[in-house]
Order: sequence, then structure tokens, then C-alpha cells
Amino acid sequence: MLDVAANKRLGDFQLAAEFQLPATGVLALFGRSGAGKTTLVNMLAGLVRPDSGRMSLAGHVLFDSAARVDLPPERRRIGCVFQEGRLFPHLDVRGNLLYGRRRTPPGEPGFGFEAVVELLGIGHLLQRRPANLSGGEKQRVAIGRALLSKPRLLLLDEPLAALDAERKAEILPFIEKLRDELRLPIVYVSHDAGEILRLADRVLVLDRGLVAASGDVAEVFGRPALRHLVGEQDAGAILSARLDSQDEAYGLSRLSFPGGQLVIPRVNAKPGAALRLRIRARDVSLALAAPAHVSILNVIPARIRTIHAAEDAHVDVELDAGTTLWARITARSAHDLGLTEGMCVFAMIKAVSIDRQSVARQGTTEDPGKPV
Amino acid sequence: MPPLQLTDAEWQAIALSLRVALVSVAGSLPLGVAMAWLLARRQFPGKLLLDGLVHLPLVVPPVVVGYGLLVLFGRRGPIGGWLHDELGITLIFTWKGAALASAVMGFPLMVRAIRLSLEAVDRKLEAAARTLGAGPFDVFLSITLPLALPGVLVGSVLAFARGLGEFGATIIFVGNIPGETRTIPIAIYTATQEPGGDIAALRLSIVALLLSLIALVASELLARRIDRRMRS
Repeated sequence: MLDVAANKRLGDFQLAAEFQLPATGVLALFGRSGAGKTTLVNMLAGLVRPDSGRMSLAGHVLFDSAARVDLPPERRRIGCVFQEGRLFPHLDVRGNLLYGRRRTPPGEPGFGFEAVVELLGIGHLLQRRPANLSGGEKQRVAIGRALLSKPRLLLLDEPLAALDAERKAEILPFIEKLRDELRLPIVYVSHDAGEILRLADRVLVLDRGLVAASGDVAEVFGRPALRHLVGEQDAGAILSARLDSQDEAYGLSRLSFPGGQLVIPRVNAKPGAALRLRIRARDVSLALAAPAHVSILNVIPARIRTIHAAEDAHVDVELDAGTTLWARITARSAHDLGLTEGMCVFAMIKAVSIDRQSVARQGTTEDPGKPV
Repeated sequence: MPPLQLTDAEWQAIALSLRVALVSVAGSLPLGVAMAWLLARRQFPGKLLLDGLVHLPLVVPPVVVGYGLLVLFGRRGPIGGWLHDELGITLIFTWKGAALASAVMGFPLMVRAIRLSLEAVDRKLEAAARTLGAGPFDVFLSITLPLALPGVLVGSVLAFARGLGEFGATIIFVGNIPGETRTIPIAIYTATQEPGGDIAALRLSIVALLLSLIALVASELLARRIDRRMRS
């Protein structure tokens, strides 16, 4: 359990973070820049001292202003990966990797050097200096360095923010591997909803220094009230699905979810694998009758729960299709179709709208296997 | 004898100068690093005063510094007396005293260079090292100091070169004893006071020039090498 109730004032900014979340799997810290994510992470790591409050991890007290406990960072056993990597420029990659390793209590269980090097694919870099590494390589080394210090918790503070899309795509699978292959709780800080959907089990949403929401990723990101945080373009539903079979001939995957069947572009996973999908509201359209002769592969019967007036000319329709779906349509269409709450409709989702960024293997719970 | 041939006495002065300068740098370096760290990283009452005190030898006439040393470290001085009675160490009129004078005069240059390089060290790297299990002193030795090494090097060379040239404080504090305290500058001064000593003064001046040049070039090359290692 990660138990935090901490306050910190920094000039005009006031952080008052209070939450209790299981210290397993990946917990995402989400919020816009300036929301207090990094301050919170630095407080956990012991690099910023809260004005008051308490913090504990799995029963170990890290900070308690009432009891005058403030564990220094070197005794917290929390591995950190920072946005800028922060590799030591005077040491080569091997020296960086071993820096924390040499300072851990002997005999403590942890990940082996070879295993970590292999996991992160950095064996060919060991003799290099940080100045000769690419951005993506630096972050992999930084992750390895943190892992080798035998942490009880891994903090990743926007590890991908400084990388371009290509590098991000290069690192993400490694972070998924960490999640799937190591039994190590991870706190992952990001302002990118896509990253969080792909990686996290739970999310803590920070807004102007306060915890705006916390809980299961699909549940939290589905809340209409948090729309503005996720971003209008990306707003939509998160749903859990299972891979039924592959349609190799057409390069498609067939999934089942509480509302029925879905067909999406081929996902590289075995039948039975648990997946998480993001279906953006703007990719869902509605029909009153089951359409015939259309190119859309996914037609799902649903009932309208509520119609939310949104900005401009559109409305967001909340649908019950065994699970929650959202459809964003124009106000005119809603009017022309005479949509009302409780009405039965058909939700149509283009298979191609569910791209690679919108599909993630479900967390650590079952079926660790090989990553996607 | 060819005019540029150094005499035994001159060789003696050169060897003595090198020894005095080396010992003064080696002896004052730990204190210089500590002082630079204090000034670069800590806030405390009286910091400005301490900063001023460290820099005083830069602006006070060296002769005054020498006189101060004489008062403090003389046989009957508060520190000199104690050193003599308790530890049997005599500084006045010895080469050790010359090293002390040279250390005091070079100290501000040393502290300044090290302080600048300490201030340039990225504190975020130190924070990262803390999260990896290193305590504050461990971080200083394993991260801060190696990253500030070019500055430590430059500071040492400046203090060394300053020590080679030290004259005023030295001659007041430890006098002009051949083989004991007659360093290159004092030997040059002595030569110019003697009839026909011009050539000897010229010879020693050339030596002093070369030594300072070698020290500066060597430190520059080393600093560049360290820099390159960190960059590539």
C-alpha cells in the first residue's frame, strides 16, 4: 500500500496530496504540467521535503512530520528514472548501472546485472559514455540503473517526455516488459493519456495540486467530469476485452467484450490474452436500425444512457452496451434521429480507428507471458 | 662557463621552489576544496566575512601577509609557539614556513577556481545519486568532486604557479637562507643586489617563466582531456 497525505507550499503553488493505493502493478500519476506531479514524486523519493503530513510504502514509514521521521533518499529504496535520464557523465554505462548496485545491502534479493542488461537490451552499450548514447538508449540505461539499486518501488517521472514519437515507441515495450516480467510496483508520471492507458492499472489524477480522482484507469478515464483533463480529442471509453481468434487472411483480430464482438486490426497476442482498448467518442457513430451494406465492421447494439451537451456543434452520447461506450455526434444528427435517453440504437465503430496506440495488453494480473 | 649554464646554487633554488610550491598546494588542497564547497553550497551567517577573509591575500600587500604570519606563527606567536612547544614544528626561517606563506597567497586563487566548478555541477545528478543509495559524503566523493575535477585541477595549478612566484610574504616570514628559504624569486632578488648578478637573474627568470608555462599548458591539456571523456 502506498499511503500518502502530504502538503507542500512552493510560492503560490499548494500541493495537498492525499491517497491510499495498492502498491502493485503500475500506478499512473496523471495531470497537466504544473499540476504537482513532479513535486509529489520528488516528495516520495525524498528529494523534496513536505511541509507536513506522512508517507509510507508497504508499511515502511518514509516521512511523518508528527513523529519527526524523514528518511533520507538513500535509505528509501525507491528507484527513480527522471525525464532527462540524469546519467553520470564521468562514468561509462557499466559504471552508471553499477552505481546503485554497489550501494545496496549485500544479500538483498534483487535483479541480476545480466538479467537487467538483457531485459533492456543494453549489452552493446556497456563501454560507452552517456554523451554517446541516443535519448532512448539513455532512458533504458537510466531504467536499468534504477532497477539494479534493488528498489522497493520504481518511480518513472515522464521518462518519455523528452523523446520523439519514434523513440517513445522504442521505449514503451521495455516499460511494458518491466510491468509484465518484474514483480515491482511502478509509479509512472505522465501527461499523455495514451501512455497511461497502455501501461497503467490505476491512475491518480492531479489537478492544481489536488487529487482530482483516483482508481482503475478505465473507470477514471471514462468519467465525463474528467474529460477536460484527458483532452477533448482523446475522450472516449476504455474497455476490457479478450482476444478470441486471429483472422490471418485479412490481418484482423477478433475480440469479445461484455457488449459482444469486436474486430480490430491484428494485435500481436495469443488467443485468450486480456486486452484494453480505447475507443474514442469521435470514432463512434450511431444508427437507429442495424445498417446493411456498410464498410463498418463493428455494429454493437446499445441503449442511450444520457446525452451530454458538449461544446460547439456536437453532443456526447453515453451508451450502455454491456459496458460504457461514448459516441460524439453532431447536435443536428441527434436532433434528426430524435435521440432520447433510454432509446435503443446501434453503435458503429470503424475497425481501423482502433490503432496500435489504442490497444494495450492488460496489466500484470494474469497471463504474464511474453509482451505484445 | 656559458652564460646560460645554471650554477649549483641556482639548481638548489629551483628544486626548493618546486618543493615549496608542491607542498603548499598538496597541503592546502583539502582545505581549499572544503572552503570552496562551503562557499558554493552553504548559507550561513558570516559567509560574506569568510569569503572576504579568503580573498584578502589577493588584495593586501604580500608583505603585510608575511608580517601577519610572522606575528601568528613566530616562535612566540599564538600558533607558532604552540606548534613549537607541543609538536616541535618550527615554521619561521624554514622551507615549511615558505610553503605556508605560498599556500596562504595561493589560497584565494585555488578556492575561486574550485568554487566555480562546484557551482557548475548539476545538482540533479547529485539527487539521482542519493536515490541510488549514496549518502551525502559518498555523493560528494563519487559524483561532485569528479565532475568538478577540471576546476580542482585549474585551481591547483594557479596556486602552484602563484607559489613559484611568491616573494613578499616569504621573505618577511622566512627570510633569505640559501638552501632553506631562498626560492627562485628570492634568488633573483639576491642576484640583482650583487654586482654582476644580472646574468644569474636572467637565467632564473627564464626558468621561472618556463616552469609557469609548463604548469599552465599541462593543466589545460589535462582539463581538456577530462572534458572530452565526459563529452564523448
